[in-house]
Amino acid sequence: MVWNSWSDFVAMGGYGLYVWGSFGVTAAVLTAEIWSVAVRRRALIQRVHDAATADSGET
Amino acid sequence: MQFSEVNWFKYAAPQRFYGLAGRVVPWCAALAVVLTGIGLYLGLFLAPVDAQQGDAYRIIFIHVPSAWMSMVIYLAMAFWAAMGLVFNARLGAMLATALAPSGALMTFIALWTGALWGKPTWGTWWVWDARLTSELVLLFLYIGFMSLHAAIDDPRRADRAAALLALVGVVNVPIIYFSVEWWNTLHQGASISFSKGVTIATPMLLGMLVMALAFWAYAIAIALARLRVVILEREQHTQWARAELGTV
Repeated sequence: MVWNSWSDFVAMGGYGLYVWGSFGVTAAVLTAEIWSVAVRRRALIQRVHDAATADSGET
Repeated sequence: MQFSEVNWFKYAAPQRFYGLAGRVVPWCAALAVVLTGIGLYLGLFLAPVDAQQGDAYRIIFIHVPSAWMSMVIYLAMAFWAAMGLVFNARLGAMLATALAPSGALMTFIALWTGALWGKPTWGTWWVWDARLTSELVLLFLYIGFMSLHAAIDDPRRADRAAALLALVGVVNVPIIYFSVEWWNTLHQGASISFSKGVTIATPMLLGMLVMALAFWAYAIAIALARLRVVILEREQHTQWARAELGTV
């Protein structure tokens, strides 16, 4: 362990903005990517389901 | 009639591969989570501060893996696009389209973390040098591939046009990789090279390699998960896909 305290860890030797700006945006981008795939799958299911109900004349 | 229907590889059928991918995704996703945990612990808690760059160097633990993946995914995308083109293999073309968004995001992460690393170490967010510019060109190639594919209505024609673009763009990958050797650049040389071996300390190296494996596992998981959606989108009029989508 190279840190004496949590505030040391957060400060990153004065480079906190750059380090956490990198790790934070990476985490956000990857989370958004996972979310986008889930949304795309749900949208497809919805679209196909809507088309199927329209075809069969159900409500 | 079609090469894709020859049983030289039984999973070449989208339906078969859909099931296989579904079994692989959770394992790769779990592996990515575990490796990220280990890699971040090594990189942020065990690796010592760098004598020259202070703690700013810790950006390396995502910058290098994402930059590697941006190139690896491009090569994979171009390879599968070529398979789609040459063998008329629909699954290959689908895999290429599933890889493109992940590659573009990896490229964006490499550029973003590079800018945040460049500011404290070089004093600038960006320079128009060979390494940075060729990586930016890579982002445009991914965006061009996706835009071209989206712009053509007939999926098979879109596959072929986008595959040609992907193949032409392959020339950019060695340019990125060797740019730090071929031209003078602000960008530091490779941390691991075939000729000079390893140039960084052990816990740093270990953290970087574990993070690289984590990015590999993540990329495989997300690309296969997206591929499953792409397969369903394209096969939505077949019996098995409708069953999978719950409309039969």
